[in-house]
Amino acid sequence: MNTDSETLQRQAWMATLAKSSADMLLEVWQEAGLKPVFEWLRTPEIGAVMVRGAMGGTGAAFNLGEMTVTRCSLRLQDGVVGHAYVAGRDRKKAEISALCDALMQTDQATAVREKILDPLKDATLAARTGTAQKAAATKVDFFTLVRGED
Amino acid sequence: MYVAVKGGEAAIENAHSWLDEIRRGDTDVPELGIAQIRNQLALAVDRVMAEGSLYDPDLAALAIKQSRGDLIEAIFLIRAYRTTLPRFGSSRPIKTENMACMRRISATFKDVPGGQVLGPTFDYTHRLLDFKLAAEGSAEPALKAPAQADEVKPHITSFLNDEGLIQSEPQNDQTPPDLTREPLELPASRALRLQALTRGDEGFVLGMGYSTQRGYGRNHAFVGELRIGNVAVEVDIPELGFAVEIADIEITECETVNQFTGSKTEPPQFTRGYGLVFGQSERKAISMALVDRALRWKELGEDDTGAPAQDEEFVLYHCDNIQATGFVEHIKLPHYVDFQAELELVRKLRREANAAREAAE
Repeated sequence: MNTDSETLQRQAWMATLAKSSADMLLEVWQEAGLKPVFEWLRTPEIGAVMVRGAMGGTGAAFNLGEMTVTRCSLRLQDGVVGHAYVAGRDRKKAEISALCDALMQTDQATAVREKILDPLKDATLAARTGTAQKAAATKVDFFTLVRGED
Repeated sequence: MYVAVKGGEAAIENAHSWLDEIRRGDTDVPELGIAQIRNQLALAVDRVMAEGSLYDPDLAALAIKQSRGDLIEAIFLIRAYRTTLPRFGSSRPIKTENMACMRRISATFKDVPGGQVLGPTFDYTHRLLDFKLAAEGSAEPALKAPAQADEVKPHITSFLNDEGLIQSEPQNDQTPPDLTREPLELPASRALRLQALTRGDEGFVLGMGYSTQRGYGRNHAFVGELRIGNVAVEVDIPELGFAVEIADIEITECETVNQFTGSKTEPPQFTRGYGLVFGQSERKAISMALVDRALRWKELGEDDTGAPAQDEEFVLYHCDNIQATGFVEHIKLPHYVDFQAELELVRKLRREANAAREAAE
């Protein structure tokens, strides 16, 4: 994990896992049938992160309010370490996310991507597209009435 | 003399069990689930998250159920829970310009890139009671139009910024003050005021914002932009050495554009008020922006007209509904000894007044 592109990829899959629905993550994880042996470095822990906003949308930071977050870290038998920081208080979601993070750094990456990450990404994209399409249907078309100049 | 009194344990216990029973209500009626509250009373959930200052829809829904729909009581429960959580860190400032907007409107420009998007608004409803809802009808699915998932809509104030017509927002890398960690001290920075306002009581902030429109600290605001949608929360992870997005959260943002004729230190230009609130709450976001702008009078070199909305001590010390309800409601709790002293005093004064009157007669 030294190069920028590796970091970008890892950021992307960690975001996909964090933003997935806990129910769907559990479902695709169980379907994938992966049962890696691991030890905890940090068992799932619930805490908070202070969310910051920018004054005027672009200026200096201010504290908007906290959100609940669950984090954990674990190590696979071959020594690869996986981390998870996911919003909410779902310990199982954090555990599966950290396992996927670790497995993505092993030769099982292709399987994890195909069976877990891609379906999650598709579902998130479908939800976002649906929202964008409903929003688009509420976009105002202005029209000018013909002026009676004759 | 201080007299310690014990008692009431049994009464309190029985009051709690009656509260449990009355919360559940008629058992012939199905019990409310957390998911039902989260989905169907979503705006109540949003208010509890915003003023409870903790983004967690499931917890907010639970608090609403536990409080029988008393939202300030629910906010109290969330604030109490919040204090039990270890703080893992802070996010980078959320990038609202990248918001996936479900609603985005401007009252200042008709034709803006990205358009005027109404979203699921109450605005153009006729406010007539819909008796169909009482009959458990199922809703028609919303219509769709072609769109991409991550179409970004530029901030409307950025167009004014390009011409230098609006004051640009100062940047700095300082850690913003946090009123959940240090007591509120005056004068407050704008960062601290915005934190207080975003978790402030919606009704109080609304009343204060309204007062600026009615002339108490008038600053002639237009809603430059109002947007609601999802924004990614990005957190630096120390053990990884890079930042990770941990969620998309729903946010309401309002930027007001205010007339400003210039002062000794500033040229004539537009200035901003800013509102940013967890969840969907445009009433709160607009009100917050109005009050933010009114409180900026000093840094903009404007006159203090003595208006309540310009008085940061008044606004900041009274906008928090948990502090307010704690102090207002505590006077219902036993004050037997205090009142005994008052009673003695009034009796004594009456005796003296009667004696003086009799002596005069």
